Amino acid sequence: MSVRAQSAIVGAAETTRIGVVPDVSALEMHAESARLAVEDAGMTMSDVDGVAAAGLSPIAVAHYLGIAPTYVDATTVGGCSFLLHVRHAAAAIAAGLCEVVLITHGESGRSRVGMPPRVADPTSPQGQFEAPFGTLGPPTMFPMGVLRYMKEFGLTHEQLASVAVAQRKWAANVPRAMFREPLTVEDVLASRLIAYPMHLLECCLVTDGGGALVVTSTERARSLPGPKPPVYVLGTGEAAETPLVSMMEDFTTSKAFRLSSASAFAEAGVGPQDVDHLMVYDAFAHLPIYGLEDLGFVGRGEAGAFIAEGHTSPGGSLPMNTNGGGLSYTHTGMYGMFLVQESVRQLRREASAQVPNVEISLAQGVGGMFMAAGTLILGIAAAAGV
Amino acid sequence: MPTEDHQHKPAPKPTPETEHYWEGTKLGELRIQRCRACGQAYFYPRPSCPHCFSTDVSWERASGRARLHTYLISHRPAPGFADEVPYAIAVVELEEGPRMMTNIVGIEQTPESLVLDMALEVAFEPRGDQSVPVFRPRSDT
Repeated sequence: MSVRAQSAIVGAAETTRIGVVPDVSALEMHAESARLAVEDAGMTMSDVDGVAAAGLSPIAVAHYLGIAPTYVDATTVGGCSFLLHVRHAAAAIAAGLCEVVLITHGESGRSRVGMPPRVADPTSPQGQFEAPFGTLGPPTMFPMGVLRYMKEFGLTHEQLASVAVAQRKWAANVPRAMFREPLTVEDVLASRLIAYPMHLLECCLVTDGGGALVVTSTERARSLPGPKPPVYVLGTGEAAETPLVSMMEDFTTSKAFRLSSASAFAEAGVGPQDVDHLMVYDAFAHLPIYGLEDLGFVGRGEAGAFIAEGHTSPGGSLPMNTNGGGLSYTHTGMYGMFLVQESVRQLRREASAQVPNVEISLAQGVGGMFMAAGTLILGIAAAAGV
Repeated sequence: MPTEDHQHKPAPKPTPETEHYWEGTKLGELRIQRCRACGQAYFYPRPSCPHCFSTDVSWERASGRARLHTYLISHRPAPGFADEVPYAIAVVELEEGPRMMTNIVGIEQTPESLVLDMALEVAFEPRGDQSVPVFRPRSDT
């Protein structure tokens, strides 16, 4: 069974404020974006029968909002969790388990208001086999393969830096982006080293914010249309490789990216050449490079030059990370929600840095340090054939 | 260069399935597992083979020889590493095949000194009441 075009995103919203928001808790960010997304869908909370969330429990979110859901999804596999929530919602809706699923994200990543404490477990595989060597958060783990990639494929420091430069060009046109000033490769390489070969400007922001989505059946989206055009779910994928970055099968490619995207392309019945707009989770500058190659947009070893030559920048053939990405727009911790938000905006023609004629958008999420992946291929009605 | 004070670095806490491994490191032995069904060596310790799922697996002492597969150099100190920044966090590939995260000791922690695929050999460093495998440039090369 395929879930192609059987459901649609009919509501989407981010919290009113993103960036530095020290006066709102993580839970309220789930709730505020939920209220805005439900309103965006032209619905009320009483229409919602399913709730999905990561970071905080969907039950905590549902009760806070006053919903007693009959479908819950607490899938928590890092920043791509929300893409998996959409996939699972599409399947659940197609199977008749529920009709309107609310998916929420809220994270006080910067201000740490109402956030669960970070706990290190010395008995976990990470605690036994990675933490003793001085890992300290994603910058000391996620880029582990970059030097290997550089050796294998000749990626240069300048090409890696150009990822941040390209995305800053998009952010210049996005008022909500945290960083908008123009950036040069020299600026990136002059920023301080965080974890060689990664400089500060090749690492994502750490921000506060939230977002929510409302997913319903294609039938309902068409019979009870809301104020916005539905964004149809054409293809979905999810995959997991390893909880330990040190155990990646190949440090120059993400197995989870490959598996997840292959599933989504097969379900949607499209290929990379059909994608008009691309979002690739950019916790660090090397992720779009891995993403472009692992999803088949370019050949192995070609992504660094492809980005440096401007093909993903404004005016390029493959607009990528058009909100400015985690490097310039916002990155709350589990950034995947913002990938989907930007895909939806582009397909609705309401993005700040709008790309002309977007009919199919692909969002590629990552969870953990190449631990998991989620892929969504989304499209307008014409692309969905409905 | 690494100091001799490793007390404040994060220490692993063995589980029943990893105890034999951590007993080995205390004795100066790097123990890995090998599957009797498919013949492949693997790491991290667990009672079933990740390649073929067999539970017919055995322990062996690894040669301790490895190559530097990939690394990064952290400029932010983890607990216990304050005196060592910047320090490399590396993944080495053992001669037997498996890879593991580790630190590289006895060498400048710079991109110029740390050359991918360089030959390494195991050494051991205390972490709390445990001992963890670290790697240094191989003495016979």
